[in-house]
Amino acid sequence: MTLPTSPKDIIARRVAQEIKFGMLVNLGIGLPSLVANHLPLDAGVFFQAENGVIGLGAPPPEGMEDENLTDAGGGFVSAVPGAASIDSAMSFGIIRGGHLDMTVLGGLQVDAMGRLANWMVPGKLIPGMGGAMDLVTGARRVIVAMQHSAKGKSKVVAECDLPLTSTRPVDLIVTELAVFTPTADGLVLRELAPGTTVDDVTRNTEAGFIVAGDIGVMNLASWSS
Amino acid sequence: MGVGTPNRIIDALVARGAKDLEIIANDTAVPDVGIGKLIAANAVRRVVASHIGLNPQTQEMMMSGEIEVELVPQGTLVEQIRAAGVGLGGFLTPTGLGTSVAEGKEIVTVGDQDYLLEQAIWAEFALISAKNCDYVGNLEYSLTAHNFNPVMALAGKTVIAEPEHILPVGAIPPDSVKTPGILVDHILERASK
Repeated sequence: MTLPTSPKDIIARRVAQEIKFGMLVNLGIGLPSLVANHLPLDAGVFFQAENGVIGLGAPPPEGMEDENLTDAGGGFVSAVPGAASIDSAMSFGIIRGGHLDMTVLGGLQVDAMGRLANWMVPGKLIPGMGGAMDLVTGARRVIVAMQHSAKGKSKVVAECDLPLTSTRPVDLIVTELAVFTPTADGLVLRELAPGTTVDDVTRNTEAGFIVAGDIGVMNLASWSS
Repeated sequence: MGVGTPNRIIDALVARGAKDLEIIANDTAVPDVGIGKLIAANAVRRVVASHIGLNPQTQEMMMSGEIEVELVPQGTLVEQIRAAGVGLGGFLTPTGLGTSVAEGKEIVTVGDQDYLLEQAIWAEFALISAKNCDYVGNLEYSLTAHNFNPVMALAGKTVIAEPEHILPVGAIPPDSVKTPGILVDHILERASK
């Protein structure tokens, strides 16, 4: 078995380990959507697209697209056996109501308090929050899957200077260098990517973080229940 | 993008040179698709949406001040529309607390949890896309083209439905009807491709 080497695949493979049999999971567009590639078809996981499907499947072969079946980013998808199509009020009821086991979202910044900013850069980039604010507020578990830095700047910051998505701390931060857990005392370093040292992480991280106890190596093996 | 959008009605609005529209929708699609056509045609004064990330033209016009854009969390937006349609003045949601979305809004505490008070929003017209419609206006939707449609069908003073097919009464089983025909004022069949 080959281990992933690209930053995005390392992140996606590691996040996939957090997903357990029977879960309902919402993956954000972009990097988080790659997580599905690291789960076997028989993982017993249902994916939600917040526009209104539970049981999202892989993109269909060319020519088999249904113009009425897309994910939240507008890409053509399929629906797995057992899928349900729902309207957006029901879909966000499921999210806010605590029925969604996990969401995996991309980030522009995460800070030492575990707060995520991922919906706008004032004056430059204004995509809007879409479903992200509801997802961070309502999902039982929130995982941020993002590259550690952008344009040489750490995305794990002392305090977000971009507009917050929610004040609720996320539950886990996974980058290609490290895995952090936000706590009341600050970020705790839990795992390092293979070949990465604590010094590497320190050098590339604006936020302070706590190094205590055993620090594991990221499990990048194939998913198993 | 543009899934579940009544494209024939939008094309007609562009063709007749509609101006100063205020659009409430989840997004503005991509340039020159669906609502993106209204943006490109300068038909829109104001947008209330949850994201405009896939339409750079909307973002540019927002930053240059040509279009006013109010960004609302998606779950809040659909619930604001639903509230209007079902006779509620608003609702309480935890989404947006402590963020810029909360600015100027009342915070209500229930038990030990804070919520934002979000108000219902109506529209003059609800333009609805559906899969099937019968002659009394019952609507059936398809897959992710449900999205905001069944909700908006309750929240417009005038409701115009654009189904892919118009069918005889009885062809849509009662269990499949998501929008009862009594809510629909006008029907326009989608143009064939």
